[in-house]
Amino acid sequence: MRSLSNLCVAAAVGTLLVAAPIHAKTLRWASQGDVLTFDPYAQNESFNNTFNSYVYEALVQYDKKFEVVPQLATKWEQLSPTQWRFHLRPDVKFQEGEPLTADDVVFSINRQNSKRSMTKAYLAGVAEAKKVDDLTVDILTSGPAPVLLRQLTDVRIMSKAWCEKHNVVEVQDYLAKEETYAVGHANGTGPYVLKSREPDVKTVLEANPHWWGKMDGNVTEIVYTPIKSAATRTAALLSGEIDFVLDPPLQDLPKLKSDPNIKVIEGQENRTIFIGMDQKSDELKYSNVKGKNPFKDRRVREALYSGIDIETIKRTLMRGLSIPTGELITPQVYGYYAAANKRPAYDVNKAKALLKEAGYPNGFEVTLDCPNDRYINDALICQALTSMWAKIGLKVNLDAMPKAQYFAKINKRDTSLYMLGWAVATFDAQDAFLSLVHTPDGKGAGEYNDGAYSNPKMDALIDAMKSEADVKKRLDMIHEALMLHTQDIAHLMLHQQIIPWAMRKNITVTHSADNRLRVWWVHVNDASARQ
Amino acid sequence: MPAFILQRFVQAIVVMLVVALVAFSLFQYVGDPVQLMLGQFATPDDRIRLTHDLGLDQPFYVQFYHFIVNAVHGQFGVSLRIGKPVSVLLAQRIPATLELSISAAILALVVGIPAGVYAGLRPNSWPARTALSLSLLGVSLPTFLIGILLILIFAVKLGLLPAFGRGEVVSLGGWTTGLLTRSGLRSLILPTITLGLFQLTLIMRLVRSEMLEVLRTDYIKFARARGLSERAINFGHALKNTLVPVITITGLQLGSIIAFSIITEQVFQWPGMGLLFIQAVSYVDIPVMAAYLCLIALVFVTINLIVDLLYYVVDPRLRIDRPGAAGH
Repeated sequence: MRSLSNLCVAAAVGTLLVAAPIHAKTLRWASQGDVLTFDPYAQNESFNNTFNSYVYEALVQYDKKFEVVPQLATKWEQLSPTQWRFHLRPDVKFQEGEPLTADDVVFSINRQNSKRSMTKAYLAGVAEAKKVDDLTVDILTSGPAPVLLRQLTDVRIMSKAWCEKHNVVEVQDYLAKEETYAVGHANGTGPYVLKSREPDVKTVLEANPHWWGKMDGNVTEIVYTPIKSAATRTAALLSGEIDFVLDPPLQDLPKLKSDPNIKVIEGQENRTIFIGMDQKSDELKYSNVKGKNPFKDRRVREALYSGIDIETIKRTLMRGLSIPTGELITPQVYGYYAAANKRPAYDVNKAKALLKEAGYPNGFEVTLDCPNDRYINDALICQALTSMWAKIGLKVNLDAMPKAQYFAKINKRDTSLYMLGWAVATFDAQDAFLSLVHTPDGKGAGEYNDGAYSNPKMDALIDAMKSEADVKKRLDMIHEALMLHTQDIAHLMLHQQIIPWAMRKNITVTHSADNRLRVWWVHVNDASARQ
Repeated sequence: MPAFILQRFVQAIVVMLVVALVAFSLFQYVGDPVQLMLGQFATPDDRIRLTHDLGLDQPFYVQFYHFIVNAVHGQFGVSLRIGKPVSVLLAQRIPATLELSISAAILALVVGIPAGVYAGLRPNSWPARTALSLSLLGVSLPTFLIGILLILIFAVKLGLLPAFGRGEVVSLGGWTTGLLTRSGLRSLILPTITLGLFQLTLIMRLVRSEMLEVLRTDYIKFARARGLSERAINFGHALKNTLVPVITITGLQLGSIIAFSIITEQVFQWPGMGLLFIQAVSYVDIPVMAAYLCLIALVFVTINLIVDLLYYVVDPRLRIDRPGAAGH
């Protein structure tokens, strides 16, 4: 009975969507980078993951508040702390007609966890996936996994039969001479079907007429064009050649806002920007202080923190588009604790006094490493910091470089003072702690703790939250760890980024804190505004 | 003549080997593609494995050796950014770059030479003075600024021409051309002007000064004394004698147009080789960077060869066998 009504709904939705092209709604949009590949496991790049989510779906997804809701799984239960059971949506078909079964899910998880997969990280802690029956899958984890559901939002499901047919059971080998079929072809269960793809020119997707779901938005065709030059992106939006820009340059915002055909919406990103300090070496690599490491002294860290005039950075460099913060994570992330959001007031005299007390009455010299193409106005912020810290007596040399070189350098811990920004992909504080705050152990923990901050009490808290099944207790641990991070001044927190999206007046979108455009929520309205 | 070509051929190979070697020694400093491919949550083991699989943990001369061996077999590897074979990617991009470069070169020659001749013949007339002062702008304004200004005027303000892209293209046996569609031609206009403007002004100024010089020489005076028509003097004698430096510069500039179309291609999102290269640099796509640099070296070497051969055609002195030369 139930499946019959499902069928009816599916048929009705199907008819609606088939009829839709008559009122075709095309969304033409642009951002700086291009889609890299349609093999969902062959690259782990945020924009690429976004684009693949139009075609490929996961067991679960986020709703507008970043709560986990059903996608290909209709419901799930935890049989034991390490065993999760997922019930698949019946009557789901891949775009080329194959029905979705538990075999596809097991196959996809194995494929994503295979040797050459670039997206293995989303399955961290997953030991095995097992088929129970055609529409039931068990996922076994190697220990308690409180963030498993959030990880699974980026575990996309492919068709086993399709992968076998096209010889793409293995993820692409970048040393091979040929591309694989999955690079330029896609067969998911999602709301959009890949129609054509020309790298660096355009990628076209069409609504999937047989999709099981019902769309909030009304876009029937997506035309994506990468436009690398920021000024050209703005121009193309102004001239009406595109409808939406994901990354309009800050300096163009006043111009865009003053145009009657354009609107700009601003939303908070789940990313904080901060400065890290080498707190491990016995002597800083890039400094004139010999024989000791000033950043091991909390007073020095506080002095640098007090010397940052964050409101000026917000007003002048960020043009108001930032929220100064003292906390490691943003309010959008699970575990956020308002009490831990504290930063010392801007106070040059106090900073000088602290430095004097710590034994550096004349300051010292140190190099600040900084990316110049990664975060909003990254190098400019660092430039401002060098002059602010000059006022408290430090001589800070700035070394700014493109991200491709920057991350290779700081991830080797070849730095004394560095800038980093962090968006918590799973929207759970645990991941920020594990990557940024835990003592580096060479096995994944503290992988981006490039200053090697280390506090045994903190490590104990992080290890505990990783395996705590009790939600309330775990939340308390997160709060305690956040307080400790703030008190220790493990990082000099700067701000949370605010991300502007720019579009023609007739476009309605839902801003997402992970900076992903979810096209199924987009409305293209009939507008005489479009030229 | 065949010996000359053979010698140039050997030189070309040496040049390209050197370019590849320099490129590979620089790739040590361009960054780490593994970071970008695996994203921020990868484990150290995954990073080490991928670095090893890609051969990036080997010293650069080993990587260079592998590159040369593969290149000799016509293999340039797979792009780390978009997973397609580099040779296929370059082949797809060549038409866009060549169409743009050649239209820019034609624009530069077709406008630059007549304007230069005119300015040389009537150096004090107002059109010549105006052209000369405008040409200063063309020489001094950076390409990206010209591009953005043109976009602002013709795409945003007037809405006449597209701001980016190549428009619709037609595929003729693997060669995609935008020359056969209206939107393709419209898309070509702004990038062509942007890319060609510098060369145009350069050629105009060059032809002008060469003309001024040649017109002062004795044989022009003799030609006038013989009562030849102005037309024969100006074009048959004067212009022809200015052509050797013009051909040299134009030839070398054609190489630069192709090589430095990078900026124009980036401003207009023109899907040519330059855009491919600039994307490769920001993604540390080493196979694409290596192949592109070698290809550009090949273009320069080939153009130089053609320029040398053209000298023979326009300058009769070079065609004279010089058996007596040894006697000097």
